[in-house]
Amino acid sequence: MKEEVKLMKGNEAVAHAAIRYGCDGYFGYPITPQSEVLETLELLAPWDTTGMVVLQAESEVAAINMVYGGAATGKAVMTSSSSPGISLKQEGISYLAGAELPALILNVMRGGPGLGTIQPSQADYFQATKGGGHGDYHLIVLAPSTVQEMVDFVGLGFDLSFKYRTPAMILADGIVGQMMEKVVLPEQRPRRTEEEVRRQCPWAANGREGLRKRNVITSLELESSKMEEINDRLQARYEEIRKAEPRWEEIEVDEADYLIVAFGSVARICTKAAMMAREQGIKVGIVRPITLWPFPEEAVRKAAEGKKGILCVELNAGQMIEDVRLSIHDSIPVRHFGRLGGIIPSPQEVVDALTNKLIK
Amino acid sequence: MDIQDIMREENKVYSKPELLDDVHMHYCPGCSHGVVHKLLAEVISELGLTERTVGVSPVGCAVFAYNYVDVDWVEAAHGRAPAVATAISRLWPDNVVFTYQGDGDMAAIGTAETIHAANRGENIVMVFVNNAIYGMTGGQMAPTTLIGQKTATTPYGRRVDLNGYPLTITKLMAELDGTCYVTRQAVHTPAAVRKTKNALKAAFENALAKRGTSVVEIVSTCSSGWKMTPQASNEWMSEHMFEKYPLGDLKNV
Repeated sequence: MKEEVKLMKGNEAVAHAAIRYGCDGYFGYPITPQSEVLETLELLAPWDTTGMVVLQAESEVAAINMVYGGAATGKAVMTSSSSPGISLKQEGISYLAGAELPALILNVMRGGPGLGTIQPSQADYFQATKGGGHGDYHLIVLAPSTVQEMVDFVGLGFDLSFKYRTPAMILADGIVGQMMEKVVLPEQRPRRTEEEVRRQCPWAANGREGLRKRNVITSLELESSKMEEINDRLQARYEEIRKAEPRWEEIEVDEADYLIVAFGSVARICTKAAMMAREQGIKVGIVRPITLWPFPEEAVRKAAEGKKGILCVELNAGQMIEDVRLSIHDSIPVRHFGRLGGIIPSPQEVVDALTNKLIK
Repeated sequence: MDIQDIMREENKVYSKPELLDDVHMHYCPGCSHGVVHKLLAEVISELGLTERTVGVSPVGCAVFAYNYVDVDWVEAAHGRAPAVATAISRLWPDNVVFTYQGDGDMAAIGTAETIHAANRGENIVMVFVNNAIYGMTGGQMAPTTLIGQKTATTPYGRRVDLNGYPLTITKLMAELDGTCYVTRQAVHTPAAVRKTKNALKAAFENALAKRGTSVVEIVSTCSSGWKMTPQASNEWMSEHMFEKYPLGDLKNV
C-alpha cells in the first residue's frame, strides 16, 4: 500500500495506521467512543494481508494481558479502549511497565467518574501521567489534537516504546476519536520477520531457538535489594526519557502577554480563542504539550517568562494545571478553566475565562 | 561388589531430566509441584520442543516455575495466564504454549480468561494443579476447597451456606467446543505419575497438531496448607479429593 490521502474518523485512522506500521497484533474489547478501532480492523482483515493478529477479547482485562503476552515475545502489539475500560487495564499496564515491555495503548477518553458519559473528556490525565496502576512507573503519553496525529502517534508510540522498553499511551479525547478529517496514511511497512524480532529483542520469550539461554519475562523479585535495583533501573530510564522526549507545539508565544496551555482537541479551540482575543487587543500565546509525560516543563517555563498569567484549559476539573504550576514554580498566576460531563467549551467561553480569571 | 561396578551407563534406570534445573526448589516437602515440573521437563524434551516452548507461569506457588524448567517463560498476572498464552500462541503459531495454573488462578480470579481461551479453542495446554487450597498466601479457601475442609479463611470448615460449592472447572471446560482433551490425573503413586506424564504428552501433541485446548488437571497435595505430613496428605487426598474430583479423562476427541 502506497501513501494515501483519506477522509476518516480518528478511531478508523488508528486502525489503518496500525496495519501500515506493521503492527503484529491488536487485542480489544468494545466500548464507546472507540469501538471503531476494532470494527475497522475486523473490516480490513489484516490477517490476510500483513498477517497481523486481531482479536476481540472477553474483557479489557483479557485484552491487556494478551498485549502483555505478545509484548513479552517481542512483537509490536496494541490495545485500545476508553476510560472505564482503561481503568480495568491498569493492572496489566503496571505489569507491562514492571516487566519492561514495549506496547501501545490508546485511550479515547470519555467523561467519568464511574460509567460517566460517552461524551468527550480529558479527565484521565492524572491516571495516564502519574502512574494509573500500582507501583513507581510512568508511561510515555502522547496527546493527539488532529486525526493526522492519531495516525502519526501510532508509529511514534511504538518506536518510543521499543526504544525505551516501556509501554506508551496515546491519550486522545473523544473528539479526536470521533471527528473526521483529512489524513495522510503512510506507506505500508512490512511486519518484522520472526528472525528480525529475535534479533531486535534478544530479551524476548519466544522459544529458546538455537538452545540459547532461557528468557524469562517477569515483574517479580522478592529480594528487596534486587527489587530496588530494578526500580533504580526503571527510574534511570524515566530520567533519560524526561531529558530526551518532551514534545510540544507553540503558537505565537513570543509576542504574547498571556499564555494558554491546553492539550488535545481543546488546544484547537484555544487557538481560535487566541485569535478572537487578539482581535480585542489581548495578546495570547499557546503552548500545546504533545507529550503529557514527559511533560514539557522546560518549554512551559521558558514560554511563561515575562508573561502576566497562564490559563490552563482542560476538559476536566484541573489536572494538567498541576504540572504547569510545578513547571513554573508558581512564578506567575495560573488559572484553570474546564468544562465537565462531556461539554466542550466554545472559543468565546475561553476568551471570557481568560478575561475574568486573569485580566480583570 | 564395588559400587563403581554398578554405577555404569548400561545399568542406568533413571536420570534427572535435562530441562530440570539443578537448583533448590522452594516447594514444601510432599508438594506435588516438583513432580509435575519434572514431568513437563521430560515431555518437552522427549517431544523435541525445547526451542519452541513458551510456558506461562501463574501467581501462586508455581509463580517461580520459570526458575526450574529450562524453557522460555512469561510470568502472568493472577488468573491471566490463558489470555497471555492466547497472544503468544497466535503470534508464534509454530511455538507450543502452555499455562501452569493453580486452583485460585484458574477457577477463581481467572475463570473468565480460562473459560474464554478454552472456548476459543486456543492451541494451548493448560496444566491445572488443584490442591484445594491457596498455598502461597498461607492456606486460604480455594474455589476447589471441599465442603467441611478447614482452611485459614474457613477455620470451622467450608460451609455451603457461607461459601458455596467446590467448583469443578475442568468439568465445565469439557463442555466447551473449543477443548479437545480434558483429563484429571494425580501424582501420588508411581502409576499415577506415569499416567500424568502420558496425559501431558498427549496434551502437548494436541497443541502441536492444533487440535484446540487441552486441559490436564492434576489433583495435588498441599502438606503445609493442609497441615499434614506428606504421607498423610497423600492418604487424605485419596480418601477425600478423588470423590469430588475423580481421576480419568473427561473428554478426549
